[in-house]
Amino acid sequence: MDAVSTLSDYRRQEESVTLSSAPAGEGLEQELMTINMGPHHPSTHGVLRLIVTLEGETVRDVKPVIGYVHTGIEKTAEDKAYWKVIPVVERMDYLSYYFNAMAFCGAVEKLLEVEVPARAQYLRVIHLELNRIMSHLVWLGTSCIDLGAISVWWYCFRERESVLDLFEMSSGQRMHTRYFQVGGVIEDIPRGWVERVRRFTKTMRTRADQYAALLDKNEIVLQRLRHTGIVDEATLLGLGVTGPLLRAAGNPWDLRKAAPYSSYDHFDFKIPVGTIGDNYDRYRVRHAEIYESCDIVDQALDGLPEGPFITEDRKVALPPRHELATSMEALIHHFKLVTEGFRVPPGEVYNPIESPRGELGCYVRSDGSSRPARVHMRDPSFVNLQATAPATRNSYIADLVATLAMLDPVLGGVDR
Amino acid sequence: MPDATGLELIAQDLRAADSDAVLGTSYFREEATIEVAPAFLRRAAELLVGKGYTFMASCHGVDYYPEERRLGVHYQLLDMPNVDRICLKTRVTVEQPNVPSLCTLWPGANHPEREVFDMFGVVFDGHPDLRRILMPEDYEGHPQRRDFPIGGEPVLFTYNEDKVPGWTQ
Amino acid sequence: MEVTRAKLNGTAGDSSDFRIRQLRARDMLRGDIPDEELEQYVEERVLTTTLDKAVAWARGNSLFPATFGLACCAIEMMSLPGARLDIARFGFEAFRASPRQADLLILSGRVSIKMAPVVRRIYDQMLEPRWAIAMGACCSSMGVFNNYAIVPADKFMPIDVHVPGCPPRPEALMHGILKLRDRIQGNAPAGWRERYGAEGTEEVLGEADLPGVNAVNVFQSGETQRA
Repeated sequence: MDAVSTLSDYRRQEESVTLSSAPAGEGLEQELMTINMGPHHPSTHGVLRLIVTLEGETVRDVKPVIGYVHTGIEKTAEDKAYWKVIPVVERMDYLSYYFNAMAFCGAVEKLLEVEVPARAQYLRVIHLELNRIMSHLVWLGTSCIDLGAISVWWYCFRERESVLDLFEMSSGQRMHTRYFQVGGVIEDIPRGWVERVRRFTKTMRTRADQYAALLDKNEIVLQRLRHTGIVDEATLLGLGVTGPLLRAAGNPWDLRKAAPYSSYDHFDFKIPVGTIGDNYDRYRVRHAEIYESCDIVDQALDGLPEGPFITEDRKVALPPRHELATSMEALIHHFKLVTEGFRVPPGEVYNPIESPRGELGCYVRSDGSSRPARVHMRDPSFVNLQATAPATRNSYIADLVATLAMLDPVLGGVDR
Repeated sequence: MPDATGLELIAQDLRAADSDAVLGTSYFREEATIEVAPAFLRRAAELLVGKGYTFMASCHGVDYYPEERRLGVHYQLLDMPNVDRICLKTRVTVEQPNVPSLCTLWPGANHPEREVFDMFGVVFDGHPDLRRILMPEDYEGHPQRRDFPIGGEPVLFTYNEDKVPGWTQ
Repeated sequence: MEVTRAKLNGTAGDSSDFRIRQLRARDMLRGDIPDEELEQYVEERVLTTTLDKAVAWARGNSLFPATFGLACCAIEMMSLPGARLDIARFGFEAFRASPRQADLLILSGRVSIKMAPVVRRIYDQMLEPRWAIAMGACCSSMGVFNNYAIVPADKFMPIDVHVPGCPPRPEALMHGILKLRDRIQGNAPAGWRERYGAEGTEEVLGEADLPGVNAVNVFQSGETQRA
């Protein structure tokens, strides 16, 4: 496709839009203007490029152009042993790295038919919910920058630092921790971690109350977010949108309740649901989810069972180091796992989980060797981005910015 | 998930519509998959929508190299009220990579089908805007095919290990 | 009441008492201090420098980074102005959205081949003097992903500091920015090659069949994936 044809694409896009019937004024001519937003723009949602057709200040059509952070993660994953795919796949949706690892590990565990011990499931739930809180904090901070409420960003990132301290204490890394492994988690939590998490959830609730006090009834937030970016539920379902966007429109679809995985059915939590499906509802839904995640974390800490933190199946998980000195089988298993990796029986599975942005599914096809034949992550942001056009048609550019913030796209997942 | 018998009943209904359309069913790890011929794909999708699988959760491609009919397209469908999932699958060859597009059924198939086209080269007939989505517009080749090289930069070595003094000196 | 007398023109170094210094300053203004003492007096009190160094000092202390977050490293870069590691202490908190107003491009994240021309264009739009930091492993070398889709930043633009990590901690990025600041201000620390006696280890491109090459652990392109 040469430059000329892409130019006529834009012109064709303009032709498909009809000018509004109301004229601008006496003797003034109306003309559609196509402008380009991005991929480098102040809105910190990553490298998303929007080709916006404007009539005055009104957006008539939006076309997202993506691919600016495409990293070929799925192709890289085909070349590495299953164990080594985990860090690669984690870097996809870079705000919800535990979820990426969970989807992939869950898919491989399905293929291997290996059972994850209860303690590992609870630890996974705790880390997943902490990651959900962290992702919502970053979303809230950056969205408030887009709206102009810049101080909220500092508060959210202060909380985020507390969460990252917890991650660093349990796994050694702040981001992309590769804590989840096939069959469980890589390491048990250290002493004192449980108390720190409890302290965090207590303060997090207070802080979330403070954010609500700042933003919920704020006149500017209400004017920017109320009744903007409305998409009705039927359109969202047709587009394949899930997650807080669908819940804000009134549909209480949440995979943690509908198809529980990793012991989510042991916990008692509510699903916040909106009514109108505008930006304000999306904000309130995500904000309420922070409280629910704190509840889940507290319940999981209360009921944290004793036991192994990874499956005992030595063909899948590394044996503990002390066994290597005494047991020949353990040494052989360790050697095979580290050099070649475990082999997975051939087959295809699709493992969906509920990430902070919607349904995150991992499709793994294995051909019997120690490397996956295909790893595909069905990323929620990729599908949710298709809702940009219906949500922003016939609204102002300012509403476009607010809607984009409330859609919460993470371009690492969109482009993979 | 529909269990194995439910899957067979669905396959029977599909065969009733067109006898040689369903190429196979598979019930593996409690997940149901129906493989149909490409020409029958749209009809099968409409039938499944009629049975309640109204939500398209995912559309992705697979390269089954070196098996024949390499390029596979999977549509993961979801029945929300019953929490049922089913995978509708079709396979085409590289020489004849045409698959009818399901964008009219599910507008959300737009970007995923473009990604399958970009990464595998499957041409979706009837897609409103079939062009590359993740790679640059003028890129040649379909990267996620199994015979496409992974690429990358060579690691640069200095080739003078015997000449350099030890680090500790 | 005790009155202590101290000699004004006595020992030259005895200028700790404020009153004495004050009286000496009065004498200097009247032209009463002899030449050598005057020079020493001025040296002790007035900072002299060249204009270059003054400008470099000012430039280094007021870098305006450009908001150029690409991927995961962007989140760690965003926590730099946060409350934990506050880069406003150093004067760098004014992240400018427009490249015309920025002088430091922190390339944070993986640069895909679709994005590379855009990055180059942004870098070209920046005004001299400008610097670039490649944050993270993906833009310095290929990082975790050695494949068709991304390109190391060295291939299309000059980079001043590479900060390794995946993602680098905010402290690591801060260390890199401060190293750049030292370089701008003219106090560049010795590079690692000087410190470890590793001169002559610069990378060679292309000549794989040099005489005496120990080729046991050399990977060809693409084979590095199997590791």
